[in-house]
Amino acid sequence: MFKELLVIFFGAAVVNNFVLYRFLGICPFMGVSRKTRSAVGMGLAVTFVMVIAGAITWAIYHFILEKFGLYYLQYVAFILVIASLVQFIELYMRKNVEDLYKAFGIYLPLITTNCAILGLALLNILKGYSFVQSLVFSIGAGAGFTLALVIMSGIRERLELAEIPEPLKGVPIALIIAGLLALAFGAFTGMLK
Amino acid sequence: MSQQLFKDFVKGLWKHNPVFRLILGMCPTLAVTNVAINGLAMGLATSFVLIFSGIVISLIKDFIPSKVRIPCYIVVIASFVTIADLFMAAYYPPIHAVLSIYVPLIVVNCIILGRMEAFAGKVPLKRAFADAFGMSLGFTWALILLASVREFLGFGTVFGATILGAWYPQVLMMKLPAGAFITLGLLIGLMNIVSRKKHV
Repeated sequence: MFKELLVIFFGAAVVNNFVLYRFLGICPFMGVSRKTRSAVGMGLAVTFVMVIAGAITWAIYHFILEKFGLYYLQYVAFILVIASLVQFIELYMRKNVEDLYKAFGIYLPLITTNCAILGLALLNILKGYSFVQSLVFSIGAGAGFTLALVIMSGIRERLELAEIPEPLKGVPIALIIAGLLALAFGAFTGMLK
Repeated sequence: MSQQLFKDFVKGLWKHNPVFRLILGMCPTLAVTNVAINGLAMGLATSFVLIFSGIVISLIKDFIPSKVRIPCYIVVIASFVTIADLFMAAYYPPIHAVLSIYVPLIVVNCIILGRMEAFAGKVPLKRAFADAFGMSLGFTWALILLASVREFLGFGTVFGATILGAWYPQVLMMKLPAGAFITLGLLIGLMNIVSRKKHV
Protein backbone atom coordinates (compact mmCIF):
# COMPACT_ATOMS: atom_id res chain seq x y z
CA MET A 1 0.00 0.00 0.00
CA PHE A 2 2.64 2.45 1.13
CA LYS A 3 5.03 1.33 -1.57
CA GLU A 4 2.36 1.78 -4.21
CA LEU A 5 1.71 5.37 -3.08
CA LEU A 6 5.44 6.06 -3.12
CA VAL A 7 5.60 4.81 -6.70
CA ILE A 8 2.73 7.14 -7.67
CA PHE A 9 4.44 10.09 -5.97
CA PHE A 10 7.83 9.63 -7.63
CA GLY A 11 6.21 8.71 -10.90
CA ALA A 12 4.40 12.05 -10.98
CA ALA A 13 7.30 14.10 -9.55
CA VAL A 14 10.37 12.93 -11.47
CA VAL A 15 9.90 9.98 -13.84
CA ASN A 16 6.91 11.40 -15.71
CA ASN A 17 7.54 14.98 -14.67
CA PHE A 18 4.53 17.14 -15.52
CA VAL A 19 6.52 19.82 -17.30
CA LEU A 20 9.40 17.93 -18.84
CA TYR A 21 7.65 14.68 -19.75
CA ARG A 22 3.95 15.49 -20.13
CA PHE A 23 4.44 19.08 -21.38
CA LEU A 24 1.82 20.43 -18.99
CA GLY A 25 2.16 23.93 -17.58
CA ILE A 26 4.64 25.14 -20.19
CA CYS A 27 3.28 28.71 -20.15
CA PRO A 28 4.19 29.46 -16.51
CA PHE A 29 7.33 27.38 -16.97
CA MET A 30 8.46 29.85 -19.63
CA GLY A 31 6.87 32.94 -18.13
CA VAL A 32 7.63 32.79 -14.41
CA SER A 33 11.01 31.05 -14.43
CA ARG A 34 13.23 34.11 -14.65
CA LYS A 35 13.72 34.55 -10.89
CA THR A 36 14.02 31.72 -8.38
CA ARG A 37 11.86 33.58 -5.89
CA SER A 38 8.87 33.86 -8.18
CA ALA A 39 9.43 30.31 -9.40
CA VAL A 40 9.03 29.02 -5.85
CA GLY A 41 5.90 31.15 -5.36
CA MET A 42 4.34 29.93 -8.59
CA GLY A 43 5.26 26.33 -7.80
CA LEU A 44 3.64 26.48 -4.37
CA ALA A 45 0.52 28.19 -5.70
CA VAL A 46 0.10 25.56 -8.42
CA THR A 47 0.67 22.70 -5.96
CA PHE A 48 -1.91 24.16 -3.60
CA VAL A 49 -4.56 24.54 -6.31
CA MET A 50 -3.70 21.13 -7.77
CA VAL A 51 -4.36 19.32 -4.50
CA ILE A 52 -7.70 21.03 -3.90
CA ALA A 53 -8.84 20.91 -7.53
CA GLY A 54 -7.78 17.27 -7.84
CA ALA A 55 -9.82 16.30 -4.78
CA ILE A 56 -12.94 18.24 -5.82
CA THR A 57 -12.96 17.11 -9.46
CA TRP A 58 -12.43 13.52 -8.30
CA ALA A 59 -15.46 13.78 -6.03
CA ILE A 60 -17.57 15.43 -8.73
CA TYR A 61 -16.70 12.78 -11.28
CA HIS A 62 -17.35 9.82 -9.03
CA PHE A 63 -20.35 11.09 -7.07
CA ILE A 64 -22.21 13.10 -9.70
CA LEU A 65 -21.10 12.52 -13.29
CA GLU A 66 -20.60 8.78 -12.99
CA LYS A 67 -23.74 8.23 -10.96
CA PHE A 68 -25.98 9.91 -13.51
CA GLY A 69 -24.05 8.86 -16.61
CA LEU A 70 -23.17 12.42 -17.54
CA TYR A 71 -19.71 11.57 -18.86
CA TYR A 72 -19.99 14.06 -21.71
CA LEU A 73 -20.16 16.92 -19.22
CA GLN A 74 -16.74 16.06 -17.80
CA TYR A 75 -14.71 18.79 -19.53
CA VAL A 76 -17.26 21.55 -19.02
CA ALA A 77 -17.73 20.63 -15.36
CA PHE A 78 -14.01 20.32 -14.64
CA ILE A 79 -12.98 23.61 -16.20
CA LEU A 80 -15.82 25.47 -14.47
CA VAL A 81 -14.88 23.96 -11.11
CA ILE A 82 -11.24 24.88 -11.57
CA ALA A 83 -12.00 28.43 -12.68
CA SER A 84 -14.39 29.14 -9.82
CA LEU A 85 -12.15 27.38 -7.31
CA VAL A 86 -9.22 29.61 -8.21
CA GLN A 87 -11.42 32.71 -7.83
CA PHE A 88 -12.68 31.47 -4.51
CA ILE A 89 -9.21 30.71 -3.15
CA GLU A 90 -8.05 34.14 -4.24
CA LEU A 91 -10.95 35.90 -2.47
CA TYR A 92 -10.52 33.81 0.66
CA MET A 93 -6.81 34.40 0.84
CA ARG A 94 -7.11 38.12 0.30
CA LYS A 95 -9.57 38.38 3.17
CA ASN A 96 -8.21 35.93 5.72
CA VAL A 97 -4.58 35.04 5.10
CA GLU A 98 -3.08 38.21 3.82
CA ASP A 99 0.56 37.16 4.19
CA LEU A 100 0.02 34.16 2.01
CA TYR A 101 -1.88 36.29 -0.50
CA LYS A 102 1.00 38.73 -0.74
CA ALA A 103 3.42 35.84 -1.25
CA PHE A 104 1.69 34.11 -4.14
CA GLY A 105 -1.67 35.77 -4.73
CA ILE A 106 -0.52 37.39 -7.96
CA TYR A 107 0.07 33.96 -9.50
CA LEU A 108 -3.45 32.73 -8.82
CA PRO A 109 -5.33 34.33 -11.76
CA LEU A 110 -2.75 32.85 -14.13
CA ILE A 111 -3.51 29.38 -12.87
CA THR A 112 -7.05 29.11 -14.28
CA THR A 113 -5.83 28.44 -17.78
CA ASN A 114 -2.82 26.46 -16.63
CA CYS A 115 -3.18 23.16 -18.41
CA ALA A 116 -1.33 21.36 -15.60
CA ILE A 117 -4.39 21.67 -13.35
CA LEU A 118 -6.95 20.40 -15.86
CA GLY A 119 -4.42 17.81 -17.01
CA LEU A 120 -4.06 16.54 -13.47
CA ALA A 121 -7.82 16.31 -12.98
CA LEU A 122 -8.19 14.36 -16.24
CA LEU A 123 -5.26 12.05 -15.50
CA ASN A 124 -6.71 11.21 -12.07
CA ILE A 125 -9.84 9.93 -13.79
CA LEU A 126 -8.06 8.30 -16.73
CA LYS A 127 -5.78 6.30 -14.46
CA GLY A 128 -8.72 5.21 -12.30
CA TYR A 129 -7.08 6.31 -9.06
CA SER A 130 -8.79 5.98 -5.70
CA PHE A 131 -9.22 9.12 -3.63
CA VAL A 132 -6.01 8.64 -1.61
CA GLN A 133 -4.05 7.72 -4.72
CA SER A 134 -5.27 10.82 -6.51
CA LEU A 135 -4.24 12.99 -3.54
CA VAL A 136 -0.73 11.56 -3.60
CA PHE A 137 -0.63 11.97 -7.38
CA SER A 138 -1.61 15.66 -7.02
CA ILE A 139 1.09 16.34 -4.44
CA GLY A 140 3.68 14.53 -6.54
CA ALA A 141 2.67 16.45 -9.65
CA GLY A 142 2.91 19.76 -7.79
CA ALA A 143 6.29 18.84 -6.36
CA GLY A 144 7.55 17.89 -9.81
CA PHE A 145 6.24 21.14 -11.30
CA THR A 146 7.94 23.18 -8.57
CA LEU A 147 11.18 21.24 -9.00
CA ALA A 148 11.28 21.84 -12.75
CA LEU A 149 10.45 25.53 -12.32
CA VAL A 150 13.13 26.10 -9.67
CA ILE A 151 15.86 24.30 -11.64
CA MET A 152 14.92 26.27 -14.73
CA SER A 153 14.97 29.60 -12.89
CA GLY A 154 18.41 28.86 -11.46
CA ILE A 155 19.75 28.25 -14.94
CA ARG A 156 18.01 31.31 -16.39
CA GLU A 157 19.43 33.59 -13.72
CA ARG A 158 22.89 32.54 -14.88
CA LEU A 159 21.86 32.82 -18.49
CA GLU A 160 21.30 36.56 -18.10
CA LEU A 161 25.07 36.90 -18.10
CA ALA A 162 25.76 34.50 -20.96
CA GLU A 163 26.34 35.41 -24.56
CA ILE A 164 23.56 33.95 -26.67
CA PRO A 165 23.19 34.23 -30.46
CA GLU A 166 20.71 37.01 -31.18
CA PRO A 167 17.93 34.93 -32.83
CA LEU A 168 17.93 32.43 -29.95
CA LYS A 169 17.48 35.01 -27.20
CA GLY A 170 14.45 34.64 -24.93
CA VAL A 171 12.06 31.77 -25.58
CA PRO A 172 14.15 29.68 -28.03
CA ILE A 173 17.09 29.29 -25.67
CA ALA A 174 14.70 28.55 -22.80
CA LEU A 175 13.14 25.77 -24.91
CA ILE A 176 16.54 24.31 -25.75
CA ILE A 177 17.50 24.32 -22.07
CA ALA A 178 14.19 22.68 -21.23
CA GLY A 179 15.08 20.04 -23.81
CA LEU A 180 18.41 19.35 -22.11
CA LEU A 181 16.62 19.18 -18.75
CA ALA A 182 14.11 16.73 -20.22
CA LEU A 183 17.02 14.64 -21.44
CA ALA A 184 18.48 14.63 -17.93
CA PHE A 185 15.11 13.69 -16.43
CA GLY A 186 14.92 10.91 -19.01
CA ALA A 187 17.55 9.14 -16.92
CA PHE A 188 14.84 8.43 -14.34
CA THR A 189 12.91 6.32 -16.86
CA GLY A 190 12.89 2.73 -15.71
CA MET A 191 13.54 3.68 -12.09
CA LEU A 192 10.08 2.43 -11.12
CA LYS A 193 9.99 -1.12 -12.38
CA MET B 1 -13.90 45.78 -46.07
CA SER B 2 -12.67 42.75 -47.99
CA GLN B 3 -9.14 44.09 -47.65
CA GLN B 4 -9.64 44.20 -43.89
CA LEU B 5 -10.89 40.62 -43.93
CA PHE B 6 -7.86 39.50 -45.90
CA LYS B 7 -5.60 41.23 -43.38
CA ASP B 8 -7.34 39.53 -40.46
CA PHE B 9 -6.95 36.20 -42.20
CA VAL B 10 -3.37 36.45 -43.34
CA LYS B 11 -1.75 37.70 -40.13
CA GLY B 12 -2.17 34.32 -38.42
CA LEU B 13 -0.13 32.60 -41.10
CA TRP B 14 3.14 34.36 -40.48
CA LYS B 15 3.25 37.76 -38.81
CA HIS B 16 1.28 36.70 -35.74
CA ASN B 17 1.73 32.96 -36.12
CA PRO B 18 0.52 31.55 -32.81
CA VAL B 19 3.36 29.04 -32.43
CA PHE B 20 6.38 30.75 -33.91
CA ARG B 21 5.63 34.44 -33.23
CA LEU B 22 3.17 34.66 -30.34
CA ILE B 23 4.55 31.55 -28.57
CA LEU B 24 1.07 30.39 -27.51
CA GLY B 25 -0.36 26.92 -27.09
CA MET B 26 2.95 25.32 -26.26
CA CYS B 27 1.54 22.26 -24.47
CA PRO B 28 -0.14 20.55 -27.45
CA THR B 29 2.54 21.87 -29.80
CA LEU B 30 5.25 20.03 -27.90
CA ALA B 31 3.28 17.03 -26.72
CA VAL B 32 1.78 15.51 -29.84
CA THR B 33 4.35 16.32 -32.52
CA ASN B 34 6.41 13.12 -32.54
CA VAL B 35 4.97 12.09 -35.92
CA ALA B 36 3.42 14.27 -38.62
CA ILE B 37 -0.02 12.65 -38.62
CA ASN B 38 -0.51 13.46 -34.91
CA GLY B 39 0.46 17.07 -35.56
CA LEU B 40 -2.11 17.24 -38.36
CA ALA B 41 -4.84 15.68 -36.18
CA MET B 42 -4.17 18.06 -33.31
CA GLY B 43 -4.08 21.01 -35.72
CA LEU B 44 -7.45 20.07 -37.20
CA ALA B 45 -9.09 19.46 -33.82
CA THR B 46 -7.86 22.81 -32.52
CA SER B 47 -8.96 24.53 -35.74
CA PHE B 48 -12.47 23.11 -35.40
CA VAL B 49 -12.77 24.40 -31.84
CA LEU B 50 -11.20 27.76 -32.65
CA ILE B 51 -13.38 28.47 -35.70
CA PHE B 52 -16.70 27.36 -34.22
CA SER B 53 -16.13 29.02 -30.84
CA GLY B 54 -15.14 32.18 -32.72
CA ILE B 55 -18.38 32.11 -34.71
CA VAL B 56 -20.60 31.42 -31.68
CA ILE B 57 -18.93 33.93 -29.41
CA SER B 58 -19.02 36.60 -32.08
CA LEU B 59 -22.76 35.96 -32.44
CA ILE B 60 -23.60 36.04 -28.73
CA LYS B 61 -21.14 38.70 -27.62
CA ASP B 62 -23.85 41.35 -27.19
CA PHE B 63 -25.74 39.19 -24.69
CA ILE B 64 -22.79 38.41 -22.44
CA PRO B 65 -22.22 40.80 -19.52
CA SER B 66 -18.57 41.79 -19.68
CA LYS B 67 -17.89 40.78 -16.09
CA VAL B 68 -18.66 37.11 -16.67
CA ARG B 69 -17.40 36.90 -20.24
CA ILE B 70 -14.42 34.63 -19.51
CA PRO B 71 -16.50 31.85 -17.88
CA CYS B 72 -18.98 32.13 -20.78
CA TYR B 73 -16.19 31.80 -23.33
CA ILE B 74 -14.82 28.80 -21.49
CA VAL B 75 -18.19 27.02 -21.51
CA VAL B 76 -18.58 27.57 -25.26
CA ILE B 77 -15.02 26.37 -25.90
CA ALA B 78 -15.42 23.33 -23.64
CA SER B 79 -18.62 22.34 -25.46
CA PHE B 80 -16.90 22.33 -28.84
CA VAL B 81 -13.95 20.44 -27.38
CA THR B 82 -16.36 17.79 -26.13
CA ILE B 83 -17.86 17.52 -29.62
CA ALA B 84 -14.39 17.17 -31.18
CA ASP B 85 -13.37 14.62 -28.57
CA LEU B 86 -16.46 12.44 -29.02
CA PHE B 87 -16.18 12.68 -32.81
CA MET B 88 -12.56 11.55 -32.78
CA ALA B 89 -13.30 8.76 -30.30
CA ALA B 90 -16.06 7.47 -32.58
CA TYR B 91 -14.40 7.73 -36.00
CA TYR B 92 -10.63 7.75 -35.41
CA PRO B 93 -10.06 5.68 -32.24
CA PRO B 94 -6.32 5.01 -32.83
CA ILE B 95 -5.46 8.70 -33.11
CA HIS B 96 -7.78 9.54 -30.25
CA ALA B 97 -5.94 7.01 -28.07
CA VAL B 98 -2.56 8.54 -28.96
CA LEU B 99 -3.64 12.13 -28.30
CA SER B 100 -5.46 11.05 -25.09
CA ILE B 101 -5.63 13.92 -22.59
CA TYR B 102 -4.28 16.48 -25.05
CA VAL B 103 -7.65 16.64 -26.84
CA PRO B 104 -9.59 17.79 -23.72
CA LEU B 105 -6.68 20.09 -22.93
CA ILE B 106 -7.61 22.15 -26.01
CA VAL B 107 -10.01 23.81 -23.55
CA VAL B 108 -7.12 25.55 -21.84
CA ASN B 109 -5.12 26.21 -25.01
CA CYS B 110 -4.21 29.87 -24.63
CA ILE B 111 -4.52 30.49 -28.38
CA ILE B 112 -8.26 29.90 -28.26
CA LEU B 113 -9.11 31.97 -25.19
CA GLY B 114 -6.64 34.59 -26.39
CA ARG B 115 -8.36 34.96 -29.79
CA MET B 116 -11.80 35.04 -28.16
CA GLU B 117 -10.73 37.77 -25.77
CA ALA B 118 -8.72 39.78 -28.29
CA PHE B 119 -10.92 39.35 -31.35
CA ALA B 120 -14.12 37.33 -31.51
CA GLY B 121 -15.64 39.07 -28.47
CA LYS B 122 -15.22 42.47 -30.14
CA VAL B 123 -15.72 42.27 -33.89
CA PRO B 124 -18.53 41.25 -36.28
CA LEU B 125 -18.93 37.67 -37.43
CA LYS B 126 -17.08 37.95 -40.74
CA ARG B 127 -13.91 39.33 -39.21
CA ALA B 128 -14.01 36.85 -36.31
CA PHE B 129 -14.25 34.03 -38.83
CA ALA B 130 -11.38 35.34 -40.96
CA ASP B 131 -9.21 35.71 -37.88
CA ALA B 132 -10.03 32.26 -36.49
CA PHE B 133 -9.46 30.66 -39.90
CA GLY B 134 -6.07 32.33 -40.33
CA MET B 135 -4.94 31.46 -36.81
CA SER B 136 -6.06 27.86 -37.30
CA LEU B 137 -4.10 27.50 -40.53
CA GLY B 138 -1.09 29.13 -38.89
CA PHE B 139 -1.26 26.76 -35.92
CA THR B 140 -1.76 23.70 -38.12
CA TRP B 141 1.13 24.36 -40.49
CA ALA B 142 3.42 25.08 -37.57
CA LEU B 143 2.47 21.78 -35.93
CA ILE B 144 2.90 19.84 -39.18
CA LEU B 145 6.33 21.40 -39.78
CA LEU B 146 7.55 20.63 -36.27
CA ALA B 147 6.14 17.10 -36.37
CA SER B 148 7.57 16.41 -39.83
CA VAL B 149 11.06 17.46 -38.76
CA ARG B 150 10.85 15.24 -35.69
CA GLU B 151 9.43 12.29 -37.60
CA PHE B 152 12.05 12.65 -40.33
CA LEU B 153 14.95 12.73 -37.89
CA GLY B 154 13.43 10.27 -35.44
CA PHE B 155 12.09 7.58 -37.77
CA GLY B 156 13.34 8.52 -41.25
CA THR B 157 9.76 8.88 -42.49
CA VAL B 158 7.29 11.71 -43.13
CA PHE B 159 3.54 11.03 -42.75
CA GLY B 160 4.48 7.36 -42.47
CA ALA B 161 6.13 7.31 -45.93
CA THR B 162 9.67 5.97 -45.78
CA ILE B 163 12.22 8.50 -47.00
CA LEU B 164 15.40 7.23 -45.45
CA GLY B 165 15.72 3.44 -45.64
CA ALA B 166 16.57 0.88 -43.03
CA TRP B 167 20.21 2.01 -43.07
CA TYR B 168 19.20 5.21 -41.27
CA PRO B 169 20.23 5.15 -37.59
CA GLN B 170 17.09 6.61 -36.00
CA VAL B 171 17.74 9.48 -33.63
CA LEU B 172 16.19 8.33 -30.36
CA MET B 173 16.28 11.81 -28.84
CA MET B 174 13.82 13.12 -31.44
CA LYS B 175 11.22 10.62 -30.27
CA LEU B 176 11.68 11.66 -26.64
CA PRO B 177 10.25 14.81 -25.02
CA ALA B 178 13.70 16.41 -25.23
CA GLY B 179 13.49 16.34 -29.03
CA ALA B 180 10.27 18.37 -28.95
CA PHE B 181 11.76 21.15 -26.85
CA ILE B 182 15.02 21.39 -28.77
CA THR B 183 13.46 21.21 -32.25
CA LEU B 184 10.90 23.90 -31.40
CA GLY B 185 13.59 26.12 -29.87
CA LEU B 186 15.73 25.87 -32.99
CA LEU B 187 12.74 26.38 -35.31
CA ILE B 188 11.70 29.57 -33.49
CA GLY B 189 15.30 30.74 -33.72
CA LEU B 190 15.23 30.02 -37.46
CA MET B 191 11.95 31.94 -37.87
CA ASN B 192 13.54 34.86 -36.02
CA ILE B 193 16.39 34.93 -38.54
CA VAL B 194 14.01 34.71 -41.52
CA SER B 195 11.66 37.45 -40.29
CA ARG B 196 14.57 39.73 -39.40
CA LYS B 197 15.91 39.43 -42.95
CA LYS B 198 12.47 40.27 -44.31
CA HIS B 199 12.30 43.51 -42.35
CA VAL B 200 15.71 44.80 -43.47
